[in-house]
Amino acid sequence: MTRIIPIVVVIAVALVACLPLLGDNYLLRLGTMFAMYAVLALSWNIIGGFAGYPSFATAAFFGLGAYTGAILQGAGIPMIVAWTGACVMALVFAVLLGMAILHLKGHYFAIASLVVAEVLLEIATSWTGLTGGGMGLNLPVLQISIEAQARLFFYAMLTIAVLALLMNWLVSRGKVGFALRCIRQNEDASSMVGIDTTFYKVTGFGLSAILVGGAGAIYASWVFYIEPADVFSVLLSVKPIVMAMLGGAGTVLGPVVGALVFIVMEELVWRNFLSFHAAVLGLLIVGLIFFLPNGILGLVRRRRAAGLKPEEEGAA
Amino acid sequence: MLYLQILLNGLMLGGLYACIAVGFSLVWGVLNVINILHGSFVVLGSYIAYFAYVHLGIHPFFSIVLSGGALFALGYAVQAGLINRVVGAPVLTTLVLTFGLDLLLNNSMLLAFSADYRTVRLENPFGSLVVANLVVPLNRLYAMLLAVVLTGLLYVVLMRSRIGRAIVAVRMDPEAAALMGVNVKRIFALTFGIGALMAGGAGSLLSLIFPISPLASTDFLGIAFVVCVLGGLGSIAGAMVGGLALGVIQSFGALFIGPEHGLTIAFVLLIILLIFKPTGLMGRRGYE
Repeated sequence: MTRIIPIVVVIAVALVACLPLLGDNYLLRLGTMFAMYAVLALSWNIIGGFAGYPSFATAAFFGLGAYTGAILQGAGIPMIVAWTGACVMALVFAVLLGMAILHLKGHYFAIASLVVAEVLLEIATSWTGLTGGGMGLNLPVLQISIEAQARLFFYAMLTIAVLALLMNWLVSRGKVGFALRCIRQNEDASSMVGIDTTFYKVTGFGLSAILVGGAGAIYASWVFYIEPADVFSVLLSVKPIVMAMLGGAGTVLGPVVGALVFIVMEELVWRNFLSFHAAVLGLLIVGLIFFLPNGILGLVRRRRAAGLKPEEEGAA
Repeated sequence: MLYLQILLNGLMLGGLYACIAVGFSLVWGVLNVINILHGSFVVLGSYIAYFAYVHLGIHPFFSIVLSGGALFALGYAVQAGLINRVVGAPVLTTLVLTFGLDLLLNNSMLLAFSADYRTVRLENPFGSLVVANLVVPLNRLYAMLLAVVLTGLLYVVLMRSRIGRAIVAVRMDPEAAALMGVNVKRIFALTFGIGALMAGGAGSLLSLIFPISPLASTDFLGIAFVVCVLGGLGSIAGAMVGGLALGVIQSFGALFIGPEHGLTIAFVLLIILLIFKPTGLMGRRGYE
């Protein structure tokens, strides 16, 4: 079973990569959004899923990446360099922030990470000279056809989504993942047996930021216009958590499954209940907590475990 | 003189901030749940006061009973029906759950009341008191005094009543309290109800001072965060000190930096405090 999964994943990615062949721009937009959500959920999974730290900093990394990318592009720097710059910026910010706030636990960490995004939002709104303030920032328009743009940004987003998936896979198999899981179960004990908890937490936090910054920059180039309330929105921090929990937090594929289910539901809700969509998202969250506490993959795994043999299951 | 006036404004604001935050602090301390709904509870209290005044002519100072009672019932029901089922789960679970409930409540209020800002316009405004060049708007002063009375009442309830002692006991050690015959789940529901009641009461008082809109809920939630971290979690005195401190800091911040940055100043302060002194200005203490 475990050998089949990588093959299935590769085939699934290949199929998704064929999406532009259908020639449907609506589907392509959904595909790009799906890839973006997958990046956010997979990235959050490193710090929130593996290490169990309730981070609400995703919006901060995303907005920071979006503004870094937009400002660099506005200065005439090539798009791909601007995107890379956004990744670096998010990584540096996360490492510094992590060193400052990762000693906090539980609710205190959650609040600190939540408030950081709010402060960045205020800075972006006030610093009119650099960011255009509340009026937002326009990006240079690309001189290629609309269809070519749609394809370009779809493939860019898909590329970092695949990178995010690879990152999760490597982390979960490697030393970092082992250390982060130990920290989730008992941080004091991990530190006692010689795990440098601060180092691994900061590493995990940095990894959870780097691709989110890139996704923010690609998003900015994709929509041509960003404003602080849009890219620093608290929902950008909450949705990835919901997606990861929906699929199964702390698993490699869970966040992707969650992102897929989430975007389908979100699209249906947006289409049918425009003025009530936040409430429907709220209902979805409440239902998720009560009926799917271990996510979809948790459910599948439990079914299988019950069918085969009693298996030790990690409490997600 | 200017500084004295600003200090006074800050203290008046701070009393209300304390009242907003004390219920949030109680819930956090006793249940270890961050109630993201708190801001929306405050707004709902304001709306109840607004409609009670417009339709029934009840003065917001008296509609505290109405808004407090309604919010208590709502809070009790939410805790007993929903949050109690996951109260022992990891932090993330309860946090995300209350966030989801907040999306639901806030969106419902937006649909029911629209995003328009409303204010309670009294037929007989209180006017202002002028003492030695200091201007004291009486509605603010009375609202602040009532907020302090409300907070003091909560203190007395926690200290003197059987239920209050049970709440304090559960905060100290839920298992020991359960062994002494305290129904912990019921105390959780009561505590959450009381937290909501305080939010509703604060909402009534605020309806005289701030414009009412569902969009304001995040500001109130942010204030509650900052006050709790400033004053230290889990004591009424802490919430009082934190509230007054935040009010004064914001007033002076508005003078020196600009009034539009009030919440930003508070948030920056919060991050700095969390980094260097997470136990708050008063240190960590219980409800003794």
